[in-house]
Amino acid sequence: MLELRDLYKTFNPGTVNEKRAIDGLSLTLEDGDFVTIIGGNGAGKSTVLNLISGAIPLDSGSICLDGKDITSLPEFKRAKYLGRVFQDPMMGTAATMGIEENLALANRRGARRGLRPGITSQERVRYREQLASLGLGLETRMTSKVGLLSGGQRQALTLLMATLKKPRLLLLDEHTAALDPKTADKVLQLTEEIVSRDSLTTLMVTHNMKQAIQYGNRLIMMDAGRIVVDIRGQEKKDLTVRDLLEKFNIENDRMLLSE
Amino acid sequence: MLANILGSLATVPGALPGAVAQGLIWGIMAIGVYITFRVLDIADLTVDGSLGTGGAVCIMLMLLGCNVWLAMLGAVIAGLLTGLMTGVFHTFMGIPAILAGILTQLSLYSINLKIMGKANQAINVDKYSLLVSLRWVRKAMLNNPLIMVAIIIVILIAFLYWFFGTELGSGLRATGANPNMSRAQGINTDLNKVLGLMVSNALVAFSGALLSQYQGFADVNMGRGAIVIGLAAVIIGEAIFGRIFRNFALRLLAVVFGSIIYYVVIQIVIQLGLDANLLKLLSALVVAVFLAVPYWKSRYFRRGVKVRKEAE
Repeated sequence: MLELRDLYKTFNPGTVNEKRAIDGLSLTLEDGDFVTIIGGNGAGKSTVLNLISGAIPLDSGSICLDGKDITSLPEFKRAKYLGRVFQDPMMGTAATMGIEENLALANRRGARRGLRPGITSQERVRYREQLASLGLGLETRMTSKVGLLSGGQRQALTLLMATLKKPRLLLLDEHTAALDPKTADKVLQLTEEIVSRDSLTTLMVTHNMKQAIQYGNRLIMMDAGRIVVDIRGQEKKDLTVRDLLEKFNIENDRMLLSE
Repeated sequence: MLANILGSLATVPGALPGAVAQGLIWGIMAIGVYITFRVLDIADLTVDGSLGTGGAVCIMLMLLGCNVWLAMLGAVIAGLLTGLMTGVFHTFMGIPAILAGILTQLSLYSINLKIMGKANQAINVDKYSLLVSLRWVRKAMLNNPLIMVAIIIVILIAFLYWFFGTELGSGLRATGANPNMSRAQGINTDLNKVLGLMVSNALVAFSGALLSQYQGFADVNMGRGAIVIGLAAVIIGEAIFGRIFRNFALRLLAVVFGSIIYYVVIQIVIQLGLDANLLKLLSALVVAVFLAVPYWKSRYFRRGVKVRKEAE
């Protein structure tokens, strides 16, 4: 359903800071795949997601979603097909707007925004139920400004926003990395629930090997802008952190530390 | 000395209606500034030019024989175009917002001169049926600026309240609040910025049209420093009413009150004998200090901010 073909991206070309972030990467996802992506700092994990979402422009290559070439679509048009949660809890929500307003914005992702009401009372009822299902007590604070929420609450809300209108592809960019371990677990659980409930095709970037192994049906490891490991099926199910470490002799302290 | 001050203060009530009328008219302009500065998070300097454009277009259309409402509509359309110009500079051409506004503002100086054919154009209140005039500021009539502009403001705020509650208006607010998130939610942030700049400058030009009728002439320099007055109104309004006025419509109303307070204070200061040539300096310094307050607060008066515990 998603097909990345020969993606190339170089940052700061022609300067001393030139960095080839993505180096001829190709990847095909099947419908319903839940893929975890791991790799060291600068491996290009987040860049791949940003290229797919259109947040940064591609140097060359093509991106097809459901057979449709979206390479030349601007970010806001690709949003129609994509749900996104970012690493920074500040990034996925509008802090000065209310919780219900943020949800209403998300509910209109991909639709034309005209002069109809920005939020209706039926929507409010629905949002209240869905917020209640997060189990964070947000359903009683529908009109509170999102800026008042904690990082974990904001990430849970962003996740709900990303999936409120079922996306063709869910992009999770280290969405629990900025949270404390307990909250991170909670948000991950929630992610798993939503992804399996709606059988969403998902790409999840993580630094944490355990998470990468625990979740999803396919694991991809990146290094220097390329895919170096691609494990799926039974092999993925049986995978352990030790396997991964031994097999591929990973020398990245951050990944080891977060084991 | 004291007697002197008291003596000059005694003349203030007499000058009050004029000050309030000016405050009301500039209040519409300040609402325009609020939309760019607070909602879109852009400091738009176009307004120094678009205020004059509104005045010039309105006066010239009336001199050509247009009905006053038609002339005002012309001013609004001209204002929309000035905002479009800045918007295109900023989004399509990638020029930083402040610079884009300055470029438009400068070009509007020439355009305003061209519209009027000279530096200023007067309109005779006896020969043309104006909407407002400073002559009527004490008259019990609908065209008394205090009444007419107040009615217009209520209608404008009601309209803006509705608009910013629509899907389109919500998208505009989101664009100002978090452009990254907005794009991720499928909002065309460039388009929304242009739209916001257009709406803002339409209000400013409308205000300019009222102002030129009120004072009986349009002048190429009438918008000089308008952005500072607009910011002053926004800041004063927020400082005084920010805690009690939470609703969007009330926030806009607070901006109008801020504008009125600004003009009343200016009036008092002038009556007290301040050199009128120093007014712009004074306004700029007051605005500078008010803009600095949030920064100083965060930097020097950080009271133990409680770390919020994660809700389980």
